Amino acid sequence: MSATATKRRKAAARRAGSARPKKIRSKDSWSIGDRIGVAMAWFCGLMLCVVAAAITLYMAWKGLAFINWEIISTSPEASLEQSKTGGFLDPIIGTLLLTILGAAIATPVGVAVAIWLTEYGRPAPLARFVEAGIEVIVGAPSIVLAIFGLLVFQQGLFSPFSFTAEGGEVFGRSFFAAGAVMSLIALPFVVGGTREALNSIPRHVREASYALGKDQASTIRRVLLPSSRSGIATGSTLGMAQIAGDTAVVVVLLGASLQISPEGTIPGVDVLKGTGSTLTSFVFQNSPAGEGNAPDKAYAAAFVLLSLVILLNLIVNRITRKGKQVWG
Amino acid sequence: MDEQYLGIFDESDDKSKNEHPTNRRVELMLGALASLILVFIAGMVIFVFLKGLPSLAGNGISWFGGGGNVDEQLTNIFNSPAEPEDYVYELSAFPLLWSTFLIAFIAVCIATVVSIFSSIFIVEFAPRPLERILEPVVKFLAAIPSVIYGLLGILILVPWINNTLITEEMRVSVRYVIQLDGTSVLAGVIILTIMILPIMIAIITDSLRAVPRVWSEGALALGVNRWRALRTVSLRAIRPAIVAAAVLATARALGEAIMLAMVTGSIGFAPNPFDGFLFFLEPSRPLAATIVDGAEGLSVEPFGQTMYAFAFILIISTAFLSFAGWAARKSLSRYSIGAK
Repeated sequence: MSATATKRRKAAARRAGSARPKKIRSKDSWSIGDRIGVAMAWFCGLMLCVVAAAITLYMAWKGLAFINWEIISTSPEASLEQSKTGGFLDPIIGTLLLTILGAAIATPVGVAVAIWLTEYGRPAPLARFVEAGIEVIVGAPSIVLAIFGLLVFQQGLFSPFSFTAEGGEVFGRSFFAAGAVMSLIALPFVVGGTREALNSIPRHVREASYALGKDQASTIRRVLLPSSRSGIATGSTLGMAQIAGDTAVVVVLLGASLQISPEGTIPGVDVLKGTGSTLTSFVFQNSPAGEGNAPDKAYAAAFVLLSLVILLNLIVNRITRKGKQVWG
Repeated sequence: MDEQYLGIFDESDDKSKNEHPTNRRVELMLGALASLILVFIAGMVIFVFLKGLPSLAGNGISWFGGGGNVDEQLTNIFNSPAEPEDYVYELSAFPLLWSTFLIAFIAVCIATVVSIFSSIFIVEFAPRPLERILEPVVKFLAAIPSVIYGLLGILILVPWINNTLITEEMRVSVRYVIQLDGTSVLAGVIILTIMILPIMIAIITDSLRAVPRVWSEGALALGVNRWRALRTVSLRAIRPAIVAAAVLATARALGEAIMLAMVTGSIGFAPNPFDGFLFFLEPSRPLAATIVDGAEGLSVEPFGQTMYAFAFILIISTAFLSFAGWAARKSLSRYSIGAK
C-alpha cells in the first residue's frame, strides 16, 4: 500500500465523514459557540497564509530592489562612507563554509547515534537517556551552546584550532570552533532523519539479510544504510538550513572581522583557523541594532540568506518525495 | 558470495548474530559515541555552572532579586579593577529574569490558542487546496532565520509601534523612568509568537491526524456536529501533545536571543503589568539577548562570569522544559497517538 493511496483513502473517508452529519444536522445543532470556534479556525489558518505571503513578498521586493552584482561580488570594507563599505562576498563564502563544515561533522556522528538507538539500543535505560539528551540539545539555546563552545576552545588544549595571542592566551574564535558548535545544532536533525528512515524499513528485510548469513553489523553496513540514504540526506540538509540561519553562534564564535582573515601558514587550514563573518552576522551588524546600520545592505543580504534557506528546504522536499522506498 | 552461502549451513549461525566479535565491537563503539552526548551535556552544565559560580556566589539570593539599575551594575562589573580580589560582582538580575519570563509566557499563551485553532483548521476544516498550501506555509515560517525576523521587526514593526501606538501623553507620563521609542515588549511578543507557532502547529497537527478516525465518527454518529466532535473527542485525546508543544515552544522562546536583542530595546528594565497597556510598549531585555549584547566583553573576567551565570540559568530551565516535553510526548505514544 503506497502512501498516496492511503492518503487518498483517508481523504475520501474524511469527505464521507463530513457529508453524513450534514444530512441530519438541524439549524440549532450549530450553536453560536461552535460557529465562533469554526470562524476562529478559519481566521487563524488564513492569518498564517497572510503572514507568510507578506514576509515573502516584502523580502522579495526589498531584496530585489537592493541587490546587484557588485554587492554580491565585493568584499566588505570598513569605511565611514556608506558607498565604500563594499558588498558581502565574504559573508556568503563564510556561510557556505560554515554550513558544509557543520554538516560534515554532524552527519557521521548523527548517523552513528541513530543506528545505535534504533538497531541496538541496549541497555534500554541508557538509550532512553540518550534520546532525552538529544531533546535537551534541541532545546538548548544556541547562544548558550555558543558561549560554552567559547569556553572549550579557549582552553590551551584546543589552541591548534584558533589564533593564539603573544601572551599565550587562546582566542577561541575561528571557523573550526564555530563549525564544531554548529554541528551540535544540526545533529538532532540528522539523528531524527536517519531514525525515521531506519524505522520505516520493515523487520523482514533485516531477517532476510540474517538468513543470508550476514551478522548485524554487516546488515547495517550493506542493507540498512544504503536504504536509509534519503533519510540521512533529508536530515543533514535540514541541519544545514538550521546552521545557515543561526546567528548567535556566529556572533560569539566566529570573531567580529568583516572579511575572512586566515591565521597561520597552511593553505586551506589557515582559513578554518581564522575568523570571518556569515550572512546572518552581516545582516545583524547592518541592521539598526548593529554597528553598520545600512538597512539596504541588510535587506539584500537577508534576501540571499532567505533564498539559500528556502533552496535547502526545497531540496529536502525533493529528496523525501523521490527517495521514498516502498517495501513489498 | 561463497562465504555467505556457506553461512546458511553453518549450524552456529543463528547465534552468530549476537556473538560475532566484530558485531560486538561495532555495538560498543556506537554505544560509546551515543553516550558521549550525555557526557557532553553533563560537561556543558557543569562547566557553565563553575564558570558562572563566582557571580552567583558573590551575590547570594539577591542575585535573583530586584533593586538598583541592572545596566549600571553590568557596567560596573565590566569596569571592575583588574586584580581578582577587587572584582565587582554586585548584580540584581530580576529585571532580566522577569523580562525573559514575561515575553516567553505571553508569546506562548497567544501561540497556544492560535496554534490549536490553526491545527484544527488544517486537519478538519480547510478546503483541499488551502490545506495543501498551509503545509509549506508552516514549514516556511519555521525555516525563516531569526535574524530575518529581527530585521523585519526592527525596520517595520518597531517604527509602526512608535508612530501609531505610542502617543505623546504616554511618552510624557513615563519620561522620568524610561524612554519609549517603539522597541518594546510588544514587538518582541508579536514576532516571537510567529516564530514559535510552526513548532506547535507541527506537533498538534501530527497528533490530531493520529487520533483514530472511529473515535470522532462515534461522536458524529451520536448526532453532534463536526466542531463539537473535534472539541470533545480529538482535542481531549491529544491534551498531552498540546502540553508538549507549549513546553517545547517555551524552551525555544526562552532561548531566542538575536531577534529579541534587535527588537526589545536592549534596556534592562522590568515592565510592570499593573501599569495597564503601557507596559507592553516599554523596552526590556531578556537573558539570552543580554548575553548577545555582552558577547564582546566575555574576556573581561567578572563580566564573562556574570554572562555564564545567565547561561547557566537558561540551560537549566530549557533542559528541564525539553525533558518535560519529551516525557509528555512519550505518554502520548502509550495510546499510540503521535508516537514520535
